[in-house]
This record gives sequence, structure tokens and C-alpha cells, in this order.
Amino acid sequence: MQRLRRTMMFVPGNNPAMMSDAFIYGPDSIMLDLEDSVTMAEKDAARLLVHNALKTIDYGNTEMVVRVNPLNTPYGKKDVEAVVKAGVDVIRMPKTETAEEVQELEAEIEKVEKEIGCLGRTQIMAAIESTKGIINAYAIATASKRMMGIALGAEDYCANLKTQRTPSGDELLLARETIVVAARAAGIYALDTVYSNLNDMETFRKEVELIKRLGFDGKSIINPRQIEIINEVFTPTEKEIEKAKTIVAAIKEAAAKGSGVIAVNGKMVDKPVVTRAEHTIELALAAGVITKEDL
Amino acid sequence: MSTLKERASLIEAEASKMGTRIYKEGEKKATTFRRDYQKESAKLVSLEEAIKQSGLKDGMTISFHHHFRGGDKVVNMVVDKLAQMGFKNLRLAASSLQDVHEPLIEHIKNGVITSISTSGLRGKLADAISRGLMKEPVVFRSHGGRGSAIVNGEEHINVAFIGASSSDPLGNACGFSRSENAKSICGSLGYAIPDAQNADKVVILTDDLVAYPNTPASISESYVDFVVEVESVGDSSKIASGAIRDTKNPRDILLAKQAAKVIINGGYFKDGFSIQTGSGGASLAAVKYIRESMIEKGIKASYALGGITAHMVKMFEEGLIEKLIDVQSFDKVAAESIRDHEMHKEASANEYASADEKGSATHYLDMVILSALEVDVNFNVNVLVGSDGIIRGAIGGHQDTAEDSALSIIVCPLLRGRIPCVVDEVTTLITPGSSVDVIVTEYGIAVNPRRPEIAERLKAAGLNIVDIHDLAAKAKSIIGNPAPLPFGDKVVGVVMNRDGSVLDVIKNINA
Amino acid sequence: MEIKQAFAGTLESGDIMVKIEPSQKEGLEINLESTVAYQFGEQIKSVIEETLKGLDINSAVVTATDKGALDCTIRARVTAAAVRATGKDVWA
Repeated sequence: MQRLRRTMMFVPGNNPAMMSDAFIYGPDSIMLDLEDSVTMAEKDAARLLVHNALKTIDYGNTEMVVRVNPLNTPYGKKDVEAVVKAGVDVIRMPKTETAEEVQELEAEIEKVEKEIGCLGRTQIMAAIESTKGIINAYAIATASKRMMGIALGAEDYCANLKTQRTPSGDELLLARETIVVAARAAGIYALDTVYSNLNDMETFRKEVELIKRLGFDGKSIINPRQIEIINEVFTPTEKEIEKAKTIVAAIKEAAAKGSGVIAVNGKMVDKPVVTRAEHTIELALAAGVITKEDL
Repeated sequence: MSTLKERASLIEAEASKMGTRIYKEGEKKATTFRRDYQKESAKLVSLEEAIKQSGLKDGMTISFHHHFRGGDKVVNMVVDKLAQMGFKNLRLAASSLQDVHEPLIEHIKNGVITSISTSGLRGKLADAISRGLMKEPVVFRSHGGRGSAIVNGEEHINVAFIGASSSDPLGNACGFSRSENAKSICGSLGYAIPDAQNADKVVILTDDLVAYPNTPASISESYVDFVVEVESVGDSSKIASGAIRDTKNPRDILLAKQAAKVIINGGYFKDGFSIQTGSGGASLAAVKYIRESMIEKGIKASYALGGITAHMVKMFEEGLIEKLIDVQSFDKVAAESIRDHEMHKEASANEYASADEKGSATHYLDMVILSALEVDVNFNVNVLVGSDGIIRGAIGGHQDTAEDSALSIIVCPLLRGRIPCVVDEVTTLITPGSSVDVIVTEYGIAVNPRRPEIAERLKAAGLNIVDIHDLAAKAKSIIGNPAPLPFGDKVVGVVMNRDGSVLDVIKNINA
Repeated sequence: MEIKQAFAGTLESGDIMVKIEPSQKEGLEINLESTVAYQFGEQIKSVIEETLKGLDINSAVVTATDKGALDCTIRARVTAAAVRATGKDVWA
């Protein structure tokens, strides 16, 4: 089964209390941040904190991501060294604009991995936060075999676009669709931007529904309270699950017969329908609305 | 013809047979307008006069309630006065003591107070007592246990000093006020009612002396010997603010949601159920989710019990809860509701939670959500002594509700900072594991093996049921092994079970 | 090793504030104030000592105010203070 990445929760890299218990809220991924949420004066201390937390704390099955500082700052390379040595799952690159930047990061990662003998362990995801990045989305998405996904960073993108975010999100439509299309073409994950108004859960829910319709796999979040809503929206309905179950049963039946043709009620089922059904089952299993025994 | 004069000898004979007096005509009757006349009530005296007339002597027991919680002014005021008057060797029987009672330390050192019974201790007083301030150990009782002990004479009160938010000159007293001059309101006077009913002498202290009759009253004039008007009995802002504030703490929200799911899926969430919840962030937030589920499923509660909060009042006003039974009002909204609503019943400590009183409300309680400082792998709970060995809490209604309810739920984080809350053995035993059914932590829910049916129901509802031993091990893996506490050999506290038996003792801490 | 006074960490719950200063004597002098001193005081001191010795700092006065930090946080804060005190980073 592929990993679910519905929720990627931001945790400031210089806050030990939040870092030690973030996973109890059940996000699919935790993103420890060394970039915007850490002041220049604390970059060194946060880096050490994140390094030690990753090495020591048992985060269970939660995917651990670290957002490093850009490589063209005095912090970027040290960040990469510190988190790769601590065994991070994914490095999130901020403000990615070109495929070359990804390759530069990959080279840094490889250097450290070689040193400690774990070549190829670390994945990369790129946050695209500018118009140039959007134009280059597919190139970025395919820049490295380590690419796990691409994400939208809407605040910088909107500033760059000379507009601002609205509840309807019209201004982000092109960027969002570009990211989903690029990610799908590259066979990687598409992740949406954060929504920061914690007092407006209604608009947040609408935004989550929108990005689900657009095809995103999930969303970056800033607070545990947002997890439940995303999981609710991404949890398939009973009807969807029933349909998917029939199709999955048909797949099993076909496999048992050694037949390549999958049929439900005598009608052949197309490949995309099968793919969608499998994804529905994954989501339903992850949400706990069905168990393996139900299949 | 028979005249009074002629019958005099017969009257005398009958009186003598009955061993009583012959009627003698009184003095001139008082003709003052009664609104003025009541102000001359013989009960209305100064604090010093009340103490003198009460017959209080060295070595006797005085009592207080804690409805003003951290805002209480009565204990310090009265004990200061007693010290001034030269009293020594008194026993102080409080329903609970708080940070604000720190001045008692001096009175203990000076020998004014030599013995204490209470539900809890906090702050510097607790700290000093934990380190061995007193010769005699403090006796800790639950609210129900205290009620029983007062009624059965184990805790005989000589003089009860009861702070009231309003009283008339005859002693009809309430924890709320109907006047515009209301200064300090606390709502229910439930913990003071056993004192009023059983003490040798009862002194009401009030900062809002209102005209007779101050009825309906929490405490009837028939129990009251003296009424003392004082500047202030308490700071009601310290009870809680008026508005409902929902917790934003994500850990509390997580715990609350889990607790609500236990309530909803535990098997007792059906029409007519009864419930008690605490005033902690997680407990209050749980009520919010329970309410949503009640509306969705069309379920109503027959009563909510205990410390009543604004959340409960809201549900009561919405018709989701038929009646409120209130031994202690946790906020201003509850304190005002008890005045305004007939179906918001004030309950004495005995009506609330006494083990001997078969009609007490806890006996008919389906579910309770409680907090804990520590729970252990045998489901024992400690709500009194911190993991550093220092007393910092109160038994409250913990023992009472846990034992009597059909389903008791303890909400407790696995860790508070580096303090483990799920441990191998609690620092002090307060509520025995036999009373505790479910423990909700952010790392999973543990169900007492005595209640396999509950575990089954919760598992079926998709909740993460874990072994309590795994929780304790998890805590250790995160924080390491705490060093043993430096306890001394002196007993500074005795923990009573609600049935009057001794559960545990607290030793002094050397540090 | 040459050191100058340096700080790292905060006084937030779950964190530890560490101050490192030069010492006239050989050896590490560790002054600890902790909300969990009873249960974890010795453990915290030994983590501080191990971390500093691992960085080759054998003479210093350390003043730590602990708010219930986990060992990994203590290690990180002590290392950060040490790096700031010596000017010698742990990363390449």
C-alpha cells in the first residue's frame, strides 16, 4: 500500500514541547521547520533540537519531514547534514524554482548519505512558492528520483502574483491545477498549501473539499485541530466504499482465476476504475471506517 | 361559673404533673415596624461576640466550606480572630483548603490550629504540611466521606463558620443573592449543609445582609445561632469567569474527544442517563462533544451531577438535561442558575455522595469523567499527592463518584512535561482500582480487565484500546526512570476511604 | 578549550535554558534548577556532563534551568550552548 499523505503538520523546529508530542494527534506526516518559523539567531539551536528529536523520539509510523533553509543561505547545508544524519524520511525544500536547485539538494544529501553509509535513504519534496516555480513545476517534479511530492506555498506565490488569498481561492486555481497535473505526470504526490485562520473552520473545510476535487493527496496544516476535518473530507462515503469493495473483490476473483479481465456484474471494469477503487479502499482503511477483515 | 382565678389551683396541679411552669404574662410587646425590628435580632452579633456566645473552647472543632475556592476570605478572617482571642489547640474541619489559606501556617506554628481534616490542600500550606509542619497528620476525606463522618459523629463539629453570599438577620442563608448589593456569590452551599445541620453551634458570615425572609434559603434559620455581617466573604471572580471558554489546547481537545467517544460508546449513553463531569479543560470540552451527539441521536439526560458548569446549565436550558443536582457551582453562570431555576437543585454533600445515604445522587450515576495526577497499572488513582511527594490536590468527589457510577472514566495525559501520569504504582492511593473502569490518555485508552464488556464495546467503535502496562512502559521509554522520592518516616496525612476505613498514609518529604 | 559565556534554550515548558561560562578550575561545575529535580535531577546532570565531555569541554560552569525537558532536548540545548561558547560547530 502506498503511504497516505493527507495531513502534513508544521511544527516549529525550536519548540521542544510541540516536537515531542506532535504525533499523538495522528497526522500522516510531521514537518519540523527550520526555515520561516525559526529566527536567524536560533537557526543553530533549532537544527540541533531537530537532529536530536529525530534521533531519539519514537514517532511511530508518522512520516518525518524537515523543512530546511535554502542552500544559498548560511544554514541550508548544515541543515541537510544534521537531518540526514538523524535519519529523516523526507527533506522539504522551500521556495523551489528550478530543477537545478533540486539536483543541488540531491547532491548535498548524497554527500552526507555516503559519509554515513545509507545512500538513497532520504526523499525530497519541493515546495513551489513562486510563479517561476509553477512554470517549472513538471521539471521540478521530475528533477530527481528521490522526489516524493510537490507542494504549493501560497503566501509567497500570491505576493509574487501581486494578489492576495481569498476564501474562494480563485487566485490559486492555476497554481493548484498545475501542481496536481505535474505531480501526476511525474507519478508523485501533490500537496496543498496551509490555511492559517483557525477561527474559520467552515472556510477551511470548503478549501479541503476543493483541493480534494482538484486531485490533491493532502494538505499542509498548522494545527492539530485541522486534522479531523481533512480526514473527514478525505474519508470515502459508505457508498464509495461499497462500490470499491465490489471492485476489489472482482480483482481478487480475476486473480484467482488467472484472468486479466476484471468484471463486476458481467461488465468489464476499466483500469482507471480499478485504480480509483484501490485508492478508496486505502483511504477507508486509513480512516478506520473499514478493517482488513471487511475486504 | 368558672373563672381563671377559680381554676388557678387546677392549673397549678396540671403544670406540676407535667413538670412545667405556669404561664406568666410577658412584658410589653415590641411595636417597632418589623423591617426595623429584625435588625435588632439577637442572632445578629459581631464575630467576636458570636465566638464568645458559641461556647467554643480550646481543643474543640471548627468547620468551614470551600465554595469560594481560591477566593475564600472566611477561614483566614475567623482563624485570625480566634488567634487574637487566645484560642489554642483547635481542630479545623474544612471541606477543602486552597492556596489562599497560606496564613494558616503561622496559626499552626503558634498552636492555634493543631489538627486539620479536609478534602485537599494546595499551595504553600500544602507544601509546609508535606514537609512535616504539623504534629498530627491531616485527615483527608472525600466530599461524601466528610458528609458521612459529620452525620455519624466521627467528625463532630462544635462551631461551624459558614460564609454566605446573602443572609437575613435570622440566618436564612444562600450562596447567591437576590439583592442588587450582591458582593460575592458562590452558588450552591452544598458542602456547608451537613455542618449547618449537625454542628453544635452555627455562625453565618455574610457580606450581604438582606431583609427577612431570604427564602428559599440553602440553610434555614432553624439551624443558625448567629449571623455576622462582614465586609466580604469571598472574591467571586476567583470561582471562575462568567463566560464559557472553550479550551484551545490541542492535547485537551484530543483527550476530550476520546473521553466523549467512551461516553457515547460505553453502553450507558441512552435516554435518561445521568452524568457528572469535572471542570478541567478536557472535561469541559468533552461535554461539548457529548452535547452534539445527544442532539444528533435525540438522547436526553435525566440529570447532571456535581460541580455544575456553564456548559451543563446551557444543556439544561436547552432541555437536553432534565435536572441539575449541584453540590458546588463551578462558575458564575451555574451560581446564578441555581438561584433562578427550580429544577437546578442544590444538594448537600450527603445528598450528593454519601456512602451511607442510599438516596445520594452518586448511587444513581451512570457515567463520570474524572481527572487524575497519576494512575497506575492496577487502575489505582492518585488525585492528592504530586509525583514530587508534595500534596497538591483534593480527593473531592473522586472516590464517591468512581465507586458508585456504572462507568467511571479517568482522563489523564500520559505525561505532564517530564512527569509520568501512568506509573507502576501511584504515589498515594486515593481511589482504588476496583472503582475505576476506563483511563483515557493521548496514547490510547486502557480498560480495567474487570470490565471486558466495556473494552469490547469501545473496540467495536474503533477506539484505540491499549494495555495499561504498555502505557506505563511508553511513559518510561520517553522520560526515563524517575528516582525514588526522598520520603521521611513521619506520617503527615491519612487518606480515608469514603466508608470511614483508612486507605493510605502520606509520609513527609525531605527535600 | 577556550570558551566564553553563552546561552541556549528557553524557559518554556518542556525546554531547558543552559548557560555555559569559563571556569578557573578543572572539571565541570553544574548548577541545576529543575521542576523535576526530585525525580530527574541526577539524570539531567549526567546528560549535561556526558554531552559536554563528548564535545571535549572539561572545564566550565554550567547553569541550567530546566522546565521538564526530555534528554534529547537537554542534549540539543547543551550542545547549542557549547557550540556558541567555543565557536566550534558540530557540523562540517
